Amino acid sequence: MDPDNTAATQALLRVCGLQAGFGRRVLMREVSFDVRAGEIFCILGGSGSGKSTLLRVLMGLKAPQAGQVFYGGKNFWAGDEESRRGIMRGAGVLFQGGALWSSMTLAENVEFVLQQHTDMSAGDIRAQALLKLALAGLTGFGDYYPSEISGGMRKRAGLARALALDPRILFLDEPSAGLDPVSGRMLDDLVLELRAALKTTFVIVSHELQSIFAVADNCIYLDAASRRVTARGRPADLARDPATEGNALRFLTRGAGLA
Amino acid sequence: MGEPPYFGYIICSRHQAEPALARMSCTGYSAEMQSIPRLKETSRATNRVETDRAREDRLRVSVGGQWRMGESERRDELASLLDELESGRVRRLTLVADGLGPWDSSLLVFLARLVGVARAGGVGVCLDLPDGLTRLLSLAFAVPAAADARQKEVKESFLSAVGGRALGLLPGMNNVFAFFGEFSQACCRLALGRAHMRARDLWEAVHECGVAALPIISLTSLLFGLILAFVGSVQLTQFGAQIYVAGLVSIGMLRIMGAVMVGVVMSGRVGAAYAAMIGAMQVNEEVDALQAAGIYPVDFLVLPRALAMTAMAPLLTLYADITGVIGGFLVAVTLMGINPYDYLSTAAQLTPFRHVLVGLAYGTFFGVIIALTGCFHGMRCGRSAQAVGLATTAAVVHSIVGIIVATAAITVVASALNV
Repeated sequence: MDPDNTAATQALLRVCGLQAGFGRRVLMREVSFDVRAGEIFCILGGSGSGKSTLLRVLMGLKAPQAGQVFYGGKNFWAGDEESRRGIMRGAGVLFQGGALWSSMTLAENVEFVLQQHTDMSAGDIRAQALLKLALAGLTGFGDYYPSEISGGMRKRAGLARALALDPRILFLDEPSAGLDPVSGRMLDDLVLELRAALKTTFVIVSHELQSIFAVADNCIYLDAASRRVTARGRPADLARDPATEGNALRFLTRGAGLA
Repeated sequence: MGEPPYFGYIICSRHQAEPALARMSCTGYSAEMQSIPRLKETSRATNRVETDRAREDRLRVSVGGQWRMGESERRDELASLLDELESGRVRRLTLVADGLGPWDSSLLVFLARLVGVARAGGVGVCLDLPDGLTRLLSLAFAVPAAADARQKEVKESFLSAVGGRALGLLPGMNNVFAFFGEFSQACCRLALGRAHMRARDLWEAVHECGVAALPIISLTSLLFGLILAFVGSVQLTQFGAQIYVAGLVSIGMLRIMGAVMVGVVMSGRVGAAYAAMIGAMQVNEEVDALQAAGIYPVDFLVLPRALAMTAMAPLLTLYADITGVIGGFLVAVTLMGINPYDYLSTAAQLTPFRHVLVGLAYGTFFGVIIALTGCFHGMRCGRSAQAVGLATTAAVVHSIVGIIVATAAITVVASALNV
């Protein structure tokens, strides 16, 4: 994968030779992958393999130690913070715990994003916010505070907020962790539905196998031991592929890969 | 979701839609559907809403053109259509896409409001829209509004608000008493040697409200001693009684001001820290985890902090007394030209030892007040970032008010006892 410009423009998000870590501790090196528009891309890996760190690099929250990230051909980390902010305006993020602002109601959480980035009137913003909550299955909960609802609902409200500006790309950090099987399934369906309807691209960090097999088109496996990408492709195929080795296979088969 | 959209009242799917009527040709569009830089654009998107009432009871709405958030909300059309639907004349609503260009959630909101009102009024809804729109619309109505979902709070009258506040005061006091009860139980367990307190926590707390507070206490009380001496000298020089500055500073600092300096500084430094830390633990469910593990949270969190603060406050007071006296000494000797030996002997002569003891009593009480107020607000903190902020503010405000009230009370008692 060479970072020539033509190829970089084809992928919505392209990562080349990325190295990330904390100080002298390198969590991952030589990470490269492409995410095409409309794709559901999973970042897999065991605990401590740096999945969330990689996501933070892609979202502009943490600078990489080496390598590049391209959004639609634009070098993300080469520009200044203002340009990164501009690019991230087209992206939505769902944090692990929802990360809702606790001093605002659910509707206000969504409205706040719209107020900051659009010139819409208050009534239109309200209507948008309620629609986004309805899409996430939270009809009628607009006036609740985050502390008054369950963890699963908080997560869905976080997704509604991430959807506020009709983002082109959505980052989900452990979307189904801590959800019951039915809620997790509903979230998967929502992801597929949004992709089909709005052509939204998803980058998902997860280790919920069922959810990964259900939604992901493509994935990379970050290996905690070798600190590299050791497997890539469609998760369902990877699990059956004899070329898949070691930790990646164990991960995808819940440890049954190597007896 | 492979099945056709279901809206409860649907009477036809898109395949049975009414035959197209003569309409305008679609407006031009070219942009790709999803593009990032559509926010705060200046150019107006060209979108269309057309209505057609082939029959009295049928409303057909066709949408077309580009729909962009913030530019194409079509408020007036929406309002009149909603009125029409609510009037009850319309029995069937048909939504059609015609020459639809790039669209985003603004179109979705437009359609969702129509469908919502139609459904509420029992109007049949029929969709002839692109797949994506139909799916999103069915998603938006997939979950019915929760039965217990809250309405906007009803505006309270002035009288009921006042009454509610007054009635709320008593349960609020209950909390305070409950906390004192728990704390006394913890003290009993401590006396019996069964308290769940770690020596390490106690030492850390002692360090935090002892040694770590010395720099700021030094600065504030040294300056306060300087100020007392300055203010006193202006008055006393008029009578040629400069030497009495020594008595003024030492009595003032030892009897009360040293303790008050410690109280005010420590309520900001330690009281706020206690409230914020225990409050954050409350948010993080750490306090619940203690309880679940069979550990008394008050023993583990409050006891070491209260003990440390109570033990350190009189020592800090003593230290503040000494630095304050040094501050006065510096002013007297360097600026007022008083002989150092005279100053010290006058100070010793004018200041009986009981002033030191009274000062220490103030300091000890202040320490207890600061520690308990800080811990109380931390333990009673809600589960949000905002609640931690409120708890911290309340801890500082209440401990300063408590210090002033305690000062008044001890002063009255001391004068009654003639000390």
